[in-house]
Amino acid sequence: MRAVSTAETAATTHPWAVHAEGLKVRAGRHLAVDGLDLSLGTGVHGLLGPNGAGKTTLMRAVATVLKPCGGRLTLLGCAVDGRADLRPARRALGYLPQHFGFYPRFTVREFVSYMAWLKEMPKAGIGEAAQRAIDRVGLAAKADARLRTLSGGMLRRAGIAQAIVNDPQVLLLDEPTVGLDPEQRLDLRELLRDLGTDTCVLVSTHLVEDVAAACTEVVLINEGRLVWQGTPGALASLGDDGHAGDSAAERGYSALLRRHRAEAAR
Amino acid sequence: MTTHPTLSDIDRYAGGDPGLDEATVWSIEVHLEGCADCRARLAGSTTAESRALIAEVAVAVDREIAAGPAPRRSHAGIRQRVLVVALLPWVAMTTTVLVTAALLSHLLPEMPSLVLLLAPLAPLPGVAAAWSRRLDPAWELIAGTPSAGLAMLLRRTAVVLALVIPVLAGFGAGQGELALMLLPCLAFTAATLLLGSLVGVHRAAIGLMVAWAAVVVAPSLATAELPVLLEPAATGAWAVATVALAALTLLRAGQFRRLTTF
Repeated sequence: MRAVSTAETAATTHPWAVHAEGLKVRAGRHLAVDGLDLSLGTGVHGLLGPNGAGKTTLMRAVATVLKPCGGRLTLLGCAVDGRADLRPARRALGYLPQHFGFYPRFTVREFVSYMAWLKEMPKAGIGEAAQRAIDRVGLAAKADARLRTLSGGMLRRAGIAQAIVNDPQVLLLDEPTVGLDPEQRLDLRELLRDLGTDTCVLVSTHLVEDVAAACTEVVLINEGRLVWQGTPGALASLGDDGHAGDSAAERGYSALLRRHRAEAAR
Repeated sequence: MTTHPTLSDIDRYAGGDPGLDEATVWSIEVHLEGCADCRARLAGSTTAESRALIAEVAVAVDREIAAGPAPRRSHAGIRQRVLVVALLPWVAMTTTVLVTAALLSHLLPEMPSLVLLLAPLAPLPGVAAAWSRRLDPAWELIAGTPSAGLAMLLRRTAVVLALVIPVLAGFGAGQGELALMLLPCLAFTAATLLLGSLVGVHRAAIGLMVAWAAVVVAPSLATAELPVLLEPAATGAWAVATVALAALTLLRAGQFRRLTTF
């Protein structure tokens, strides 16, 4: 049992956990996110889109790693697009990058504790928080194994553990299901549903069925712009037998993309 | 703060007197929580029965502590280890170069001191490695944390300097040129950070190393003379430059929060 601080029970003054208006972000010289409008509240949001749609660049901008070159971006009511202090927003942020680097000599526990320290958690709570995060991703048996000895799926889960160690209010997971076996993917979906009850989770993925199963909302982007935002049920109802795909959600996804491309061509 | 309960009330409370009504017990308890003096009085009035109970609990707690898992060792060691493990190869390389330079100077006494010429560059490979996208594997994770910023870069730079300066000081003391050995090295470190806030620390370090090698080291090797910049008279100028560059770096602290400096 842990004491609840006044900061945690304070009423929120921001309508959206993540709010972007006309957001523009460069990836190198290419304008990968080009005028994106997006509002995300509490829940699990699945970010879908074809390769090169700007998913990873958007994730990096929301993670405050990349600086937007235009538009507005607020996280939990804090502007993170200008010269403002990023620390309050960063303390409430969890981020799993697409290709996450790590220190191979660290054990899982050391790695997660080190990230907790970087996230400026109170020192006394770091050991406990690291253990809880490792338990939640099912790595307890490997907690004292060195990172270089872990398989791809275990590394991915260690990455998720470091992302959730500070109980973030905004959690960004870029391709969390890569390298996970089917059983682990089911566990991850369970974890996502659990986290989504009080957190804004943005999950970028290529797997439409993951989105349909675990997300409360689907966000489809293409060429740096928002194409569609709605529930997985609404996505499934968009497709019919004439569209490519093996499930209702997949058919809805291809129907949306085809419609969008047809509109763009006109 | 409530008024202190009377000694007789405390006696009756300690003895568990059933005559004391609940409201009085509560008010005594609330008072005891905030008043050390009354707690001391309470300790004086405890009965033999409650002292025996407390002793029993203490023994049980001690036994459980002894049987439980050992307290986890502190995590402070991890932070230092990541720095030392990541930076050690670069610092080792620098030291090797300096030792080679010292040997060469010893063999070729007519040439200007190579150690003195290279000393300003000594910490730069380490500083570049400390804040580099290519060399810190977890850069993307670190760049999104609240700790990312000038304070973290300075901490890593301090580790590099702590490893490099003793080596330089060793050579400098041997030749009686301690200030000329260390001040340019500090000035170049500050310049790397300042330039790094514009173009990235990694690029800044490489640029400064190339510039110094081309503008100062190569000509002085060609002419076999020590440049004016490294004459003892230049010490004051190096000190002023170090302070000015460090101050300017602090003014640009906000730039280090983003990835661009990595």
